[in-house]
Order: sequence, then structure tokens, then C-alpha cells
Amino acid sequence: MSTSTTVNNAPEPAPEVDTARRRNLIVGTAVVGGAFGAAAAWPFLASFAPSERAKAAGAPVEADLSALEPGQMMTVEWRGVPVWIINRTKAQLEGLATDTKLLADPDSKRSVQPPDASNATRSIKPEYGVMVGICTHLGCSPVSRFEPGDAAGMGGDWPGGFLCPCHGSKFDLAGRVFANMPAPDNLVVPPYKYLSDTKILIGEETKGA
Amino acid sequence: MAEAKAPAYDNASALGRALNWVDERFPLTVLWKSQVAEYYAPKNFNFWYFFGSLALLVLVNQIVTGIFLTMNYKPDATLAFASVEYIMREVPWGWLIRYMHSTGASAFFIVVYLHMLRGIMYGSYRKPRELTWLFGVGIFLTLMGEAFFGYLLPWGQMSFWGAQVIVNLFGAIPVIGPDLAVWIRGDYVVSDATLNRFFALHVIAFPLVLIGLVAAHLIALHETGSNNPDGVEIKKIKDPKTGHPKDGIPFHPYYTVKDIFGAAIFLILFSVILFFAPELGGYFLEHNNFIPADPLKTPPHIAPVWYFTPFYSILRATTEAVIPILAVAVVVLAVMTVLTIRSKTWKMIVLGGAAVAIVGLFTLDAKLWGVVLMGVSVLAFAALPWLDRSPVKSIRYKGPIFKTMLALFILSFLVLGYLGILPPTPGRTLVAQVFMFVYFAFFFLMPWYSAMDSWKPVPERVTG
Repeated sequence: MSTSTTVNNAPEPAPEVDTARRRNLIVGTAVVGGAFGAAAAWPFLASFAPSERAKAAGAPVEADLSALEPGQMMTVEWRGVPVWIINRTKAQLEGLATDTKLLADPDSKRSVQPPDASNATRSIKPEYGVMVGICTHLGCSPVSRFEPGDAAGMGGDWPGGFLCPCHGSKFDLAGRVFANMPAPDNLVVPPYKYLSDTKILIGEETKGA
Repeated sequence: MAEAKAPAYDNASALGRALNWVDERFPLTVLWKSQVAEYYAPKNFNFWYFFGSLALLVLVNQIVTGIFLTMNYKPDATLAFASVEYIMREVPWGWLIRYMHSTGASAFFIVVYLHMLRGIMYGSYRKPRELTWLFGVGIFLTLMGEAFFGYLLPWGQMSFWGAQVIVNLFGAIPVIGPDLAVWIRGDYVVSDATLNRFFALHVIAFPLVLIGLVAAHLIALHETGSNNPDGVEIKKIKDPKTGHPKDGIPFHPYYTVKDIFGAAIFLILFSVILFFAPELGGYFLEHNNFIPADPLKTPPHIAPVWYFTPFYSILRATTEAVIPILAVAVVVLAVMTVLTIRSKTWKMIVLGGAAVAIVGLFTLDAKLWGVVLMGVSVLAFAALPWLDRSPVKSIRYKGPIFKTMLALFILSFLVLGYLGILPPTPGRTLVAQVFMFVYFAFFFLMPWYSAMDSWKPVPERVTG
């Protein structure tokens, strides 16, 4: 350090700069500041997640099947999505056994369904099919094409089922997707249980099933 | 401190004194001269150079009409549809403001697509204008997001199901996809939470980003100077006395006047649509969007608005059947790249990337690859500055291969766009698949065909 006492007009010589220390301090400040900055972003990102109200809105719904004649379908809303209930006729059930060669996943190995609906008809009772009417491709709701054969414009080997209007995926009457379609998986079968012979509760599984 | 400069204006007049007062505190005259009055642009701009200024005009239209729409619109799932109809039927002149906004959205994309085509034709993305181009691609992406968020707001059937499909695209990403889709929606289905946040993103977040990118686009452009139909750098030949490019003319008044003429023609065409066919037969506003959103029923045919359909067609065309062809394309591209580049490190990176892609193609769903290809089809524009190996910039001096490829690209863009509007059939899907490969060939074969193509010598000066 300068100990000079003489008056001098020349600029003071620059004190020696410890560049390594300066760099460490800059890096340290930047890291700590950056960490706080990143932490401050978290509440904003997390606020995008579903609210408590949205999470609580998933109550189970009841459906009465007594008025559903064979061959008919009804739609109920559960958690904001359409759930289809189809009363399948004898002929339609037989079709489910023979159309397997057209399907991508006939045994529903990689599909979502409750344990007591993990069977050939993907249902607890064979005639009543229950499934979420949302295509596993990009979430459109398929439309019904129950008439088998070419009458529905679906080709000669059409067993009856559903067609997604958005990207053309086809499903059979058990919600099983056809091979080589945009949709990768069969339609989801929601958890449901029978409250009585003609009443089901969608959103809850049969206990011990 | 800056040196005191001689005042630019005569202190004898009150206006001159006022301008001098401002100039001492803010570089008003300096900015005006450097960016407008003494920004020298090539003198040979043609018809294609209208679309940059028109894009700015449409942006202003969208912002002004948008501000007024928010004064009556309600971002609430139970009120949104009715509030739009209220604007249309009961707010004085509300129908005009709303149709200016909805027609403006389609006009924005028409203008931007023509602006991009201009850049591709004259090589405006080439060195030294790569950043101008990249900011432009950023504007395009932001604009797509902006249009997508905006389309949900009327809460019609197309709004709802369009948002459902697009948000579910993110659900195709392995592992994080489903949670990501829930995070974007803020709910397990498209709902009030989704509508409310899309409103916020549409009216403030994305417009701010858009304006920032437009500023960056213009600053970068004014740094390098504009390209022109000859692809000649006018800064190379300057008048020794003035220091200005010999082939340059001041943007103001020459191009301000020209652009005002272009704006007048544009506004006439815009008004014809606005007043006589604001929905343009269902292409600018789809018929199904005049039905309130119904989460239980998808309309029999849903399609995005026309400006998204080329990319949407690529999404739909990616079925299991094209996966093996894609794998072959990846292998061919990787081999060609490895045979072309010299760097050992990059050869390894290319081979590694190709191997990962091949494994992925055969293990992950075709659904994911549709989403990936759709993303690539949009982002491929960003790579153009580095894909084009032609020694010349402008199509005027490029050879027949580039011209053929560009013509095929335009054709594929139009065909894919048209098919994207129609419901899918096996025949149409096959056509879309063929044109999808044509679309990608334009980009990913460019390093080879642009280098092997013939070219004509570029003149020293612009040809007018």
C-alpha cells in the first residue's frame, strides 16, 4: 500500500486487483442469486397445476340401466368426460369373439380396465359395456357406427363399433382399437360397480374385485 | 459524457427548439435517421417486399381490436360463448371489432406465409441474416401459440375440441406427457381453468413476447441491411462521397410511400372479406364454433383453422405404416451426412442420434412420432440458413433443382393444407403421406441438392 506523503498530481497507482477472488465472488453471487431466482419461479409454475376444487370435483356418478334396451347406448358425464353404457345384443357379443383378428390389442393387455372387467367383453356383465368415450389418440369423442358391414361406409368386414371423427381410429363394441390406427390403445374402461341389477356407480371399483 | 453536438434543427422556430430539447435528452433524430430516413434499403424491392410491413399493420390491428374485445369478453366457461354473441349482437359496432380480429388472424397467417416464402425465394435467411431469420421463426411459433389460445376463447365446439386435441399432443410425450397435459389444462379435462389461463396467455403473455421478437427481428434486419431479389449485398459498393450504398435508397420516403400503397391494396382486400364473407365459408371461422362447447360430443368432423392444417396433416399421416419408411429415411440421411461431413465427433453424434431414433421409431407409439414430425415440420424452417449450401442466395441465380424442389415444397404445403381440412380417408391419408415426404425432402435433402445444383453468376449491382 502507498505510504507516500509527498503531494503528487499523478493518478494514484491502481491497487492490485485479486482477479481470482473477484471471479469467485461473481460466480458465487450469480449461483446464489440464480438459485433464488429459480426458486421464485416455482410458485408460478406450480400454480398451473389443478386447483383443490378441480381435484375434488371427481365424485362418482350413478347410472340407471333399466330403460336401456338391447342395442341401445347412453352417455353419462363423469369427471367432465363422456362415459358410454351400451346394452350389447347377442349378435353383437358374438361379433366381439370373431373380430379379434382385426384388432391391435384383442386381449386388452396394454389397456386400462378394472380387474373384474379384464375379460373378453371388457365388462362385469357381458351385455353391459361401460367405457370412457374419449379416443386414446388425442381425446376426441368417437361416434357410433353400430351397423355391421359396409352399410355404415366402414368396409365389408366392419363388425359394428365406433369411429373417431378426428383422425379415423376405429373401435369395436368393447372399445378395442383396430390395428394400424392412430390410436394406440383400447378405450379406457372406468372403475364401476353394480349397486343393483340395473344400477351402476361409475368411479368406484367393486370391493375385492 | 457524450460530446455536445450541433443542434439538428433551427432554433429560430418553436418546433425546432422543441426537437432540439428532446434530442439533448433522447436520441429521437438519431433514431429516426438511422432506422427510417437514412436507412438505406436496396432500390429493387418488388411486390414480395410488401408483406413485412403488412405483417406489422396486421399486428397493430390485432392488438387494437383485441384490447377493445377484452372490454366485453368474459373468460368464464359459463359466460364466454354468450359474451362473444353479446359483442356480436348488442355491443355497438362490436360485430365489426370482433370480425376485424377474427379475419385479422387469418390475414396475419396469409401475410406471414408470403413473407416467409419471400425469404426462402431470395435467400434472405443466408449469412449474415441468420438471426433475423431465427427471430422470424420465433415470431411464427409465438403467432401459432397466440392463434391457438385465441381460438379457445369463444368456447364453441371447435374451440373446445381443438384445444382438447392440441393439449393431448403433449400427452404423447413418454413418461411426463400425461402430467404435462394436466398441467397445461389445469384440470383433467379442458375446462374453465384452461379457458381462463389461455385468456391470460392470449391477451398479455404472448403479445408481449411477440412485440419483443418483432423488435429484435427489425433491429437485426437494420444491423445487416435488407436483402433484395438479386441477393446482392448493396453495402459492398458505396458512393465514395456520401458513404451510402450506390444501390440503396432511404427507407423514408421511398419505401414508406410504397408500403402505404401496399397497405391500401391490402386494406381493400381485407375489407372485402371483412364485410362480405367474414367467416369465408367456414375457413376463417368454422361453422361448428357457433355451437357452444359440449364436452360430451365431438362434432362429426373437426379440423383446425386453415393456417394449421399443413402441419396437422403431417400429424395425421404418421401412422404405423410409415414408421418403417421413416426408419429407412433416417438411415439414408445419417449415411449421407456421415459421408459428407469431416468432423469425427459430429459423425459419431449423427450416427448415435440416428441409432436412438431408429430404436425409438420401433419401440414408441406412432402417435408420439406424429407429434414429433409435426414439431419438426414447423421447426425445420429454423435450420434453413445452415441447410442451404448454394453459392448464390436468390432464386434468380439458382439452378433448376432448387426451383423444382421449391415448387414441390409449395405444392406439398398446399396439398397437405387442403387435406388437413377434409376428414381422413385411407386414400387421402396415403396422399398426405407421400406429400409429407416431399415436404421434408425440401428441407433435409437441401444440403446436397443445393450444393450439386447449377447456378448463374451474380452481378455486382442489383438489376432492378
